Amino acid sequence: MSSNQRVLMKGNEALAEAAIQAGCHHFFGYPITPQTEVAAYMAKRLPKIGGTYLQAESEVAAINMVLGAASAGIRAMTSSSSPGISLKAEGISYIAGSDLPCLIINVQRGGPGLGGIQPSQSDYWQATRAPGHGDLHALVFAPSSIQEMVDMVFDAFDLADQYRMPSMILADGMLGQMMEPVVFPEKSVNPVDKSSWALTGHQGKRAHHIVNSLYLQPDELEKNVKERFERYELIKSKEARAEEYLVEDAQLVVVAYGATSRIVRSAINTARGKGIKVGMIRPLTLWPYPSSVIAKAAETAQAFLTVEMSMGQMVDDVRLAVNGKKPVAFFGHTGGVIPTPAEVLAEIEKMTGGDR
Amino acid sequence: MVSMLLAGFGGQGVLFAGKVAAYAGLIDEKYVSWLPSYGPEMRGGTANCSVCISEEPIGSPLVLNPDVLIAMNLPSYDKFIDKVVPGGIAVIDSSLIDKKCDRTDIKTFYIPATTLADKEGLKGLANIIILGKVLAEAKFASYETVEKAILKCVPPKKQHLAQPNLKAIKLGMSL
Repeated sequence: MSSNQRVLMKGNEALAEAAIQAGCHHFFGYPITPQTEVAAYMAKRLPKIGGTYLQAESEVAAINMVLGAASAGIRAMTSSSSPGISLKAEGISYIAGSDLPCLIINVQRGGPGLGGIQPSQSDYWQATRAPGHGDLHALVFAPSSIQEMVDMVFDAFDLADQYRMPSMILADGMLGQMMEPVVFPEKSVNPVDKSSWALTGHQGKRAHHIVNSLYLQPDELEKNVKERFERYELIKSKEARAEEYLVEDAQLVVVAYGATSRIVRSAINTARGKGIKVGMIRPLTLWPYPSSVIAKAAETAQAFLTVEMSMGQMVDDVRLAVNGKKPVAFFGHTGGVIPTPAEVLAEIEKMTGGDR
Repeated sequence: MVSMLLAGFGGQGVLFAGKVAAYAGLIDEKYVSWLPSYGPEMRGGTANCSVCISEEPIGSPLVLNPDVLIAMNLPSYDKFIDKVVPGGIAVIDSSLIDKKCDRTDIKTFYIPATTLADKEGLKGLANIIILGKVLAEAKFASYETVEKAILKCVPPKKQHLAQPNLKAIKLGMSL
């Protein structure tokens, strides 16, 4: 595909093409609606460019193949949707515990259980709090357009390599299934030197490398985890990202991410047309969370409203950032029901009480 | 901004017709979104897609109240005819839907697209005939743009279908 050309592309296919252009030629997956086109695209393209497309026997197998490929120092990824991500949790934890970079895509659908197949954002807690067992984090990116899906795939791989940890793109069924124009960036892939740890074969010329997450001595394990958390602190200080939209004079600040933020933006534009001072903070990274941006807005705004396609998960992080200074309300739908701009506008009007 | 909802049975090509409209918007350098229904409803039930073509960035790509409705089967007609915004347009395949709409606040066009397609040697292109009618009434793009969009959307391996698609668009526009 030639770059710089504006093409109409489905979100799932754009994610896959972006990953290939970002130098990921090894994909391991298992089909599940609504992300199957990621795997289908990889199946079509990767064999033609000398890569590996492998449909594993299960999600558990696929994530462990990613672990293996990442151990060898190459860019590897898997993708799934909510129930499949739960199955990958063990492998994600092992990858984090082994300090390996990789990309995991979650095109979320309604849950819990087998749930439904329509768009949802109810895996926020899982992605940001516990993508696997143990003390760990993954970098979590929240695109809201097909263009951002593409751009964030590059960033997700780069930061995963830089910090030696798993990255996740937290999308949803709407973003995965919809088509929008997209331009692929002319980016060169900046390979990170992985020679100090990657399992590439030592041919008797150096000490062998060990990729491992097992530490039977408690003090050793604690030291290992603490070192990793020092890295997490650095990431929190450097990598949290958010977009601010009309926040400066806003009495009410709506916080929303991903597909929901598009609906909120429509509602805000209508509200502004009516003279209501409302703005939006849109987290681009969910871990690290852009808490300082929200804390700063808490000094000027009168109230916050979080809108999600869940029963209210990210609202926890908004409350932590606001730290009791201002009221924080929640509005959302779950199970695959998509909030409408009119509903969000009604919430905005209710909360501002016609304040102009 | 034009919002369209294209609905019918799976296999009638409503997703493809939506893609042609979206591509026309892309060629005109507008903001565009295309969102399909997905999942079990596509097999045997109603398939539909939402298309937005706009001068401004598009918020929700999900069209609940379309400016333009294409209805290609009765379940879709029943489900969506009341959702069309006042002043909007509905184009209905009257060879498959024998109901008439009593709304006076929208423009309704009844096209026997499926019958016409069979008669004109354009089997399977009722979707594009109807899109031609939508093009004539809603003017979401120029004919030249839609022609380019069709040539873009017809896959390389099916290039023999390009000309029939163009014929179908012109036929729809003339109705």
